[in-house]
Amino acid sequence: MSDAAPRPCFHCGLPVTGADAPTVEINKRQETVCCHGCAAAALLIESAGLADYYLRRTSPAPRPGTPATDSWSAYDRPEAQAALIHNDGRSTTNLLVEGLRCAACAWLLERRLLQLPGVTDATVNVMTGRGRVEFADVKLSTIFRTIADLGYRAHLLGRADSLAVALRERHAALKRLAVAGLGMMQVMMIAVALYAGASTGMSPVIRQYLCVASLVIATPVALYGGAPFFAGASSALRARHLTMDVPVSIGILLAFVLSAVATLRDSGAVYFDSVVMVIFLLLLGRYFEMLARHRAGSTVEALARVVPAVARRVVGTRTEDVPVAALAVGDVVEVEAGAVMPVDAALESPLATVDESLITGESRPVTKRAGDTVLAGALNVQWPALIRVTATGAATVLAGIVQLAERAQAERPRASRLADRIAPAFIGFVLICAAATCLVWMWIDPAKAWGATIAVLVVSCPCALSLATPVATTATAAALRRRGILVTRTDAFEALAAVDCALFDKTGTLTEGRPRIVSSDRLGATSIEECYRIAGALERHAAHPIARAFAASATPPVENASAVPGAGVEGWIEGRRYRIGRASYVEEIAGPSPAPAADAGVCLGGDGRWLARFCWEDTLRPSAARALAALTSSGLSLEVLSGDHPRAVASVAEAAGIKQWRAALSPKEKMDRLQELQRRGARVMVVGDGINDAPSFGAADVSIAMGSGSAIARASADVIILGGDLGEIPLAIEEARRTRTVIRQNLLWALIYNAASIPLAAFGMVPPWIAAAGMSLSSLLVIGNASRLLRARKRDDTGASLPALRRAELRA
Amino acid sequence: MTIVFVLIPLGVVLTGLAVWAFFWAVRTEQFDDLDSPGWSVLEDDKRASDD
Repeated sequence: MSDAAPRPCFHCGLPVTGADAPTVEINKRQETVCCHGCAAAALLIESAGLADYYLRRTSPAPRPGTPATDSWSAYDRPEAQAALIHNDGRSTTNLLVEGLRCAACAWLLERRLLQLPGVTDATVNVMTGRGRVEFADVKLSTIFRTIADLGYRAHLLGRADSLAVALRERHAALKRLAVAGLGMMQVMMIAVALYAGASTGMSPVIRQYLCVASLVIATPVALYGGAPFFAGASSALRARHLTMDVPVSIGILLAFVLSAVATLRDSGAVYFDSVVMVIFLLLLGRYFEMLARHRAGSTVEALARVVPAVARRVVGTRTEDVPVAALAVGDVVEVEAGAVMPVDAALESPLATVDESLITGESRPVTKRAGDTVLAGALNVQWPALIRVTATGAATVLAGIVQLAERAQAERPRASRLADRIAPAFIGFVLICAAATCLVWMWIDPAKAWGATIAVLVVSCPCALSLATPVATTATAAALRRRGILVTRTDAFEALAAVDCALFDKTGTLTEGRPRIVSSDRLGATSIEECYRIAGALERHAAHPIARAFAASATPPVENASAVPGAGVEGWIEGRRYRIGRASYVEEIAGPSPAPAADAGVCLGGDGRWLARFCWEDTLRPSAARALAALTSSGLSLEVLSGDHPRAVASVAEAAGIKQWRAALSPKEKMDRLQELQRRGARVMVVGDGINDAPSFGAADVSIAMGSGSAIARASADVIILGGDLGEIPLAIEEARRTRTVIRQNLLWALIYNAASIPLAAFGMVPPWIAAAGMSLSSLLVIGNASRLLRARKRDDTGASLPALRRAELRA
Repeated sequence: MTIVFVLIPLGVVLTGLAVWAFFWAVRTEQFDDLDSPGWSVLEDDKRASDD
């Protein structure tokens, strides 16, 4: 089958494959979508009068999941109701919404929820991913179902929520930024007058007055704005450990106290401008880092998102919905098709198909038989299943993986930052210089000793040094964020620049994590288009993930459809019986197979005749091969580590052009392989998306998660590629290398400046105003150099973004 | 130059007012979502594509 020029899906932006993809009429235009899920979401949006969403959005929409059995009704149970806040007849619920891409998503959700009768207020915040819905006379399950129909995933949050903590942190940071920023403007303005006065002459009264004004403004900036640095430095010192906070605090305090003394004694130079500028710029850098961290979320919260909060316990002949926390080992739980296993358990039903791809990396759903173990977090794909609980909560394999990830992260060999290595030596050097200056002048001329010592200390104030790294990393992080690359830890840049080995996960990282029909053989007289139509119709009655690969065609109605677990689907179309599924299942009605059966094949047959065989594969992401080639050419050695079967891994590795691969690895084995490479001296980058990648993320020098991956992977990664485009990785590395160059230039400049000015100050040859101006100029030079990084280089292959094109098209 | 004796205290007072206003805005959660409110002005408009 040929994939002639794949178009992007109107709704979700993924490439449309298949001969006759469904179309929907939006804004009086026929638009092509990739699947019926997207078609349903688009029609829902249109019919609700919200089609303007498509004009406003700046990112494609999330792809709606397969309509599963309705499992939202559990939210109407008393256990879930406990999380609501009740207030004079109305209830308020806090939600966590996954899949928000841009402001238009929030707009769409708010409009749609407000259209529900009974909903009185709805607010959705794109930045935090949180929603608040106030309602009366409407079921909670209706709200959740509405959100799910639009393609987003909602989770119920308790009354106490980490959001409150994050918001407090954000508010405090904003206030500090405001004080530092406004104070900086005032002090700088006065500083201009002082510099002008120093070179052209100014009356001592005015000069003194300006100094006092600077002191008044700079005091709150230094004490309130600088507080985080002092706190950081004091805890670092208590831990007998030197971080960059220490020289920064020393510099700020020293320059501030000396300037204050000089102001009050009306002699000597003031450096308030340098103090406030350093504080403001460092706070700004930390603020952006904090925003990225908040967006990535915490691992604890992510874990809560993976497993459902409510489970259906079977007691005797009846069932009851209970919170998962209330389950005990030995309980029997019913898990509906399309629902996630809440606990580790042994299967009670004779047969079940589960998708464990997020936990083990195995791309194909696994068939389990009675007594087999199923893992918490695995998706029950096809049939309702009864399971007997064997482990709950922290004892589950899933929780174990997360604990492993957290421990690995704590024990990670911290990439020692260049600035951190320089700082202690620098401080020691300055203190020795100051002491020597003081002693020598005491011996020559005690009257000048104090002034010269202060001059040495002030001139060496590590402003440029402490700005060198943060301004560069902040600038690059800002440039990358505009491209959809989120950096949650700014020291990831130095690690990223030094990386020489990259480990890739397979399912969901190199591949899209969704099956797609890659080839089809006609086995009978029926045309292949007709075979697709029949297959698509039959597969609509299967909840199996492979069924979604067929979903992109218009289908005739099926009568008497019945699905057999682990075998396939049977149904009557236009009076004829058809079967689709395993070769052996089709053989029962179609007779002996005319072609050798392939494992990955899905066969289609009717009474006494064979129609077709379809081969499906989890296909490589379109950008993978080019991105990997770019990584190889920039000197990285690549390897695939996967939990999937060796055969599947080998074919993907070959298609991606990677020679080294290992298959069937557990999360622990992935981490062991990584640490083995690290012991050999490699700087290792891990790219992944699943829960099984989280431990290696923790241990890696730098970790990159796909935005479409599991919440746990995203929460433990250093870098998140929101669009899931592998092509962004070489770009990020290139930017990190540029950043490293700029940091080195900055540090070199700062050291040269200090090395030249300290001897001059020690000999008493630097007039105070030149010392102050020199300090500001050296900081400005560092900032100017870093600002070059704000312009992220364009990749040569991309044109205008999809939403921009779409908007232009709609306006035309 | 005596004007600076008036202007600088005035500047300090205005800065204080600005800081107070900013703190008030932060406290009343006006910085918590900077993206969605921008769209709210468009809510009841006819769609923009029919031109």
